[in-house]
Amino acid sequence: MSESTKPAALLDRSDTRVTHAAGVGGSIKAFADKVRSGDLGSLPVVVGLIIIWGVFTALNPLFVSANNLVNLLFDASTIGIISLGIVCVLMLGEIDLSVGSMSGVGSALVGVLWVNQGVPVVVAILAAVLLGAITGLIYALLRTQLGMPSFVSTLAGLLTLLGLQLYMLGNTGSINLPYGSFMVSFGQLLIIPAWLSYVLAVVPGVVVLVMGQRTRLRRRAAHLTPGSMSALVLKAVVLIVGLVAIVYYLNLGRGVPWMFGLFIALVVVMNYAFTRTKWGRSMTAVGGNAEAARRAGINVKSIYTSAFILCSMFAAFGGVLSSARLASASQQAGTGDVNLNAIAAAVIGGTSLFGGRGSAWSALLGIIVIQSIASGLTLLNLSSSLRYMITGAVLAIAVIVDSLARRSRVSHGRA
Amino acid sequence: MPDVYADRPARGETILTLSGISKSFGAVSALADIELELRAGEVVALVGDNGAGKSTLVKILAGVQAPSSGTMTFQGKPVHLAGPSAALKLGIATVFQDLALCENLDVVANIFLGQERSPYFLDETAMEVRAWTLLNELAARIPDVRDVVASLSGGQRQTVAIARSLLLDPKVIMLDEPTAALGVAQTAEVLNLIERVRDRGLAVLMISHNMEDVRAVADRIVVLRLGRNNGVFTPDASNQELVGAITGAVDNAVSRRAEKRRPESEPEARA
Repeated sequence: MSESTKPAALLDRSDTRVTHAAGVGGSIKAFADKVRSGDLGSLPVVVGLIIIWGVFTALNPLFVSANNLVNLLFDASTIGIISLGIVCVLMLGEIDLSVGSMSGVGSALVGVLWVNQGVPVVVAILAAVLLGAITGLIYALLRTQLGMPSFVSTLAGLLTLLGLQLYMLGNTGSINLPYGSFMVSFGQLLIIPAWLSYVLAVVPGVVVLVMGQRTRLRRRAAHLTPGSMSALVLKAVVLIVGLVAIVYYLNLGRGVPWMFGLFIALVVVMNYAFTRTKWGRSMTAVGGNAEAARRAGINVKSIYTSAFILCSMFAAFGGVLSSARLASASQQAGTGDVNLNAIAAAVIGGTSLFGGRGSAWSALLGIIVIQSIASGLTLLNLSSSLRYMITGAVLAIAVIVDSLARRSRVSHGRA
Repeated sequence: MPDVYADRPARGETILTLSGISKSFGAVSALADIELELRAGEVVALVGDNGAGKSTLVKILAGVQAPSSGTMTFQGKPVHLAGPSAALKLGIATVFQDLALCENLDVVANIFLGQERSPYFLDETAMEVRAWTLLNELAARIPDVRDVVASLSGGQRQTVAIARSLLLDPKVIMLDEPTAALGVAQTAEVLNLIERVRDRGLAVLMISHNMEDVRAVADRIVVLRLGRNNGVFTPDASNQELVGAITGAVDNAVSRRAEKRRPESEPEARA
């Protein structure tokens, strides 16, 4: 390594043919190269979000008012959690079309057990989530034992679960959940105290800084390039300033909903599971090449099972939260656009329909896009007919971007 | 760096012996009475026509299929492979023909796929160091182990697959058609790689249809024909002999072609 400027050759810098990014400028340039070759990540959705917010604010300034955004976050949390489950199955290139019905069944079961039968609410919620797990297990068995495409099995499940929901609700058709109960307050009112919301806004930046520095030190000790300190600090500062600004703005209105906090917590947990655990690595591998994963000793069937179970569990739990949001479990719960919104959110957020690529954050970004459109169009007094059409168009655009980016990645030699 | 190869068997020591291995699928006898011996630091080429039973033999050695009868001895002890993981544990690694890599994962993730340590908190730094160490031992030319496999060339992918098979420090490595899909330069690189693996004291079993590649690296050439041993050759055996053993006839399509193309000269003169 005579041409190397460093005295000790680093393990990952011995090949002089490769250019490596250095410092903040280098990181930005590497990002630009990535985008150009079709590795878009969450860039399209961020750009799309800026456009959507710009247009709606221009049409009705009330759109960006703090309280409208707080409402938006309340609404986003329920379907966002369902969408988090969708990310799991999409990672494997599978689909669950029954999440809407599953969420309806979840809300109906809580209504029946808690309000009609007098079962403690916590037990009722656990029962709903357990029913989700059983449903997911059935899908997984149909997929792994009988080779039934998830597209068909979950389509059948959609109808079956819808029937179950109608059966459980009986003749009355809806069950009102008691106002003033913790569950309904959680779905409609409860706000994270301002001081705590600021603390929580600072935490991610600090974690990024501490963990990043720890990784840098470990890499340096192992003779690997440690990565740029300035880029790390910049990232942490941007994160802290950005989150504190958002929290400050929301606190001008009602504040940050606890339900949204729960959603974010689930996103963070799932993101950790996807990126830092063997399970997440196996999920990505199975989604990319199931046969290779099998030969590498991964239990592919159990990976499928875990994904379907998680998806239906998240769907049932999201349904419970949306019943809390509406203070009722009705026949309408989970019907209409819930299914499509949950799937669309994951895809719009950047999780590929083709499997092997995805992130828990895509559920968050995607659902905020969808709720922004819904909220903006409601403020403009437009009917739901237009809302459906526009959401459909946005979904189509998202899938087109996904397909084009995928083609570009293939031609640029990225997966 | 600690010497991880301290318990390596000495060069020439017999690692794996197959005797009387048979495998039948219903009425079809795919393998009958196969004898095979693999020694440390030696490359054995397994050649044979389509349907000769090469792949079946590899599957048996990889633990994918169980033999119908016969014994397998590994370092002097009789063994029974219950499954692919049993073979891996014993120290028999396999590089499949299609490599079985996940294109959407980076090189490090592929090398460690299914073998990640600390499953609830992946240690990326340690895994990256180990990946570089493995690749450097093979003098491999991989630009960046954080690149996804999709961005690598065919030869580089083969390198990654071989490096992955070395992760668990095996004693025997089997390569199924390692050069089939490669160009001239990449083939040469993979052959170099095989020699480096051999020099590390591993027993190498290579399946190939390409006689040139087989001659280039093999110490012994084992011919299978219709599920039976059909001779063991040294690399300086003539093409005529090898092709004869593979096809089972002195007068075969390959030699007739050779005759046609060189009607004047002696067929063996240039072999």
